Amino acid sequence: MAKMTMVDALNTALHQEMERDDSVVVLGEDVAVDGGVFRVTDGLLEAFGEERVMDTPLAEAGIVGTSIGMAISGLRPVCEIQFSGFSYLAFQQLEAHAARMRWRTRGAYTVPMVLRTPYSGGVRALEHHSESREAYWAHTPGLKMVIPSAPRNARALLASAIRDPDPVVFYEPKAVYRAFREEVPEDEETWPLGKAQVVRQGSDVTLISYGAMMRPTLEAADKLQDEDGVEAEVIDILTISPLDHQTFAESARKTGRVVIVHEAPRSFGPGAEIVARLVEKSFWYLEAPVRRVTGYDVVIPLFAYEKAYLPSADRIFRATRETLEIQ
Amino acid sequence: MPREVVDLPHQVEYLSILDEDGNLLDQDLEPDIPEDRLLELHRTMLLARRFDERMLQLQRQGRIGTFAPIMGQEAAQLGIVGALRETDWMVPSFREQAASLWRGQSMESFLLVYGGFYQGNELPEDTRNLPVAVPVGTQPLHAVGLSYGITYRGKDDVVVTFFGDGATSEGEFHEAMNFAGVWQTPTIFVCQNNQYAISLPRARQTNSETLAQKALAYGIPGRQVDGNDILAVYSAAEEAVERARSGEGPTMIECVTYRLTMHTTADDPSRYRDDEEVEAWEKREPIPRFQTYLKHKGLLSDDDIEALEEEIKAQIQEAVDNAERRMKELEGQELTMFDHLYAEMPPYLQEQRDELAKELQAAEEGSDG
Repeated sequence: MAKMTMVDALNTALHQEMERDDSVVVLGEDVAVDGGVFRVTDGLLEAFGEERVMDTPLAEAGIVGTSIGMAISGLRPVCEIQFSGFSYLAFQQLEAHAARMRWRTRGAYTVPMVLRTPYSGGVRALEHHSESREAYWAHTPGLKMVIPSAPRNARALLASAIRDPDPVVFYEPKAVYRAFREEVPEDEETWPLGKAQVVRQGSDVTLISYGAMMRPTLEAADKLQDEDGVEAEVIDILTISPLDHQTFAESARKTGRVVIVHEAPRSFGPGAEIVARLVEKSFWYLEAPVRRVTGYDVVIPLFAYEKAYLPSADRIFRATRETLEIQ
Repeated sequence: MPREVVDLPHQVEYLSILDEDGNLLDQDLEPDIPEDRLLELHRTMLLARRFDERMLQLQRQGRIGTFAPIMGQEAAQLGIVGALRETDWMVPSFREQAASLWRGQSMESFLLVYGGFYQGNELPEDTRNLPVAVPVGTQPLHAVGLSYGITYRGKDDVVVTFFGDGATSEGEFHEAMNFAGVWQTPTIFVCQNNQYAISLPRARQTNSETLAQKALAYGIPGRQVDGNDILAVYSAAEEAVERARSGEGPTMIECVTYRLTMHTTADDPSRYRDDEEVEAWEKREPIPRFQTYLKHKGLLSDDDIEALEEEIKAQIQEAVDNAERRMKELEGQELTMFDHLYAEMPPYLQEQRDELAKELQAAEEGSDG
């Protein structure tokens, strides 16, 4: 076991998957010589050469479109879009082709590619560098949408995403990149996609979140315990789509009260789908309305007001308290 | 004839007027720029440089956030906008502080935006500058539409759009050029080829010999100029503006320049280029060349420069003080994030605004207790 940041852990996954399978190639803007603007792909060029680690021209649709072709040819491209705010230039390629090739050709051609891209606020960035728009991809049939929250699960989920037979959009919470270290096994580790995880056991209320919002959510759970003696169960969704409702539906049946946390805008966000599944699967067990603590339905402000936009541990704490007070 | 070379209507021409030391290469090519405009261009060039240096310092001190420095690219910007009139439009990318200062944008506005306050983007009403566009290569299309609208209303204003070498790889750049070619809009496409798209050198960006030749594919004249020679840039711009204004359609100008510092303050260029390369370009940088030219013309002395430097220093200090005062005033105005999303705020958004007001109140009470 080694203590790693999320950047180190992702880098480890890439090194190990490239060693394991010579069909894995990495491409994107500044991923080779520069090692990626966040250094996630650092050292790959030196280890695997420029045929497998490619600095591309500046063109998002180009990166994704050629990745689709590479995947059809039998390679396993892991492409990077430098910030998720620029991935929309590649929207058509993902929506119209990556997501549909298997379906369109009735299984004849498949697109086993991964699109890695940083998302999330909280790093004092410029406009278009802080969004959380996972709903676009989660709403697209044929794509998988994964968001890790910590070094260990980031490494294990990226390895799984690379081995997955379908296209995966892999959002990396940039606020977590270097925020803390965690023990990560040196031997290869994969976690199944499409499986949420109970990261804290409790019986009074269920808190559901993912990505960069896991930290304030867990902090709120600790505060609930310390101040109110409340036992919160905390669930890390990990894969936004396909969504594992079984884990949270079971938890909701146990606790009867649910608070969902994400930094994406509220309307039509992942929380809305989670609420719908709860209503479908656990309605008769719910003792209070499900509460959403989310980003507001506005463009995430530049960093001076970003803190007010992003859900904080205190905001989650207060919302949970209110949910618990409902008789 | 089964095989023959197809004649294209345009060829790529390279233009330079000042040599590396600031001497005229060819007297006949010297553009006729009024003396007061020459001096105003020089002043703005110096102001842009010193402002860039000051912003870098502020960023390193944590007083503002990430921004894209322009150092070395002052001539490539000012030579272009210097040939415009006030009623013309500018559609920038994110590295055009020198051009923006010339076009009337305040230093305070930049400091506010890079300090994290969107209020810096509240442009004065009579401004004909679109705001910074961060997604690379996306804004030239707006310039084409804007030009179309101007012509539709029978006006003869022109539109300049700036972008970098990296942008010429984006599909939308090509769409913009193609639309402009088909519609013959009064659009001037200005590529600041500063040799790098973050770490990717120009030679790896495209296999084309020049970027200007991209224009030829769309039936548009493409010019390549020494982008560190303000006279060459101005001459090319003047010609393009004249064409556009007289209804002869778009032009692309590739300004061959160099980004002397980092892509943004988050970038470390030592990972992808060596000092010798930078030093070679420092010898060709635009400010001393222009100053030599002005001195030869008897328009500028060392004493003038010294006095100007002092004046500019004070001007920048005043802007920094004003901006920091304004940032203090704007603290705590988080509810403005709900403004200007729609002409009319929808009811559910109003509910969310009330919710944030309550949250801010609770946070304040929490911090008091």
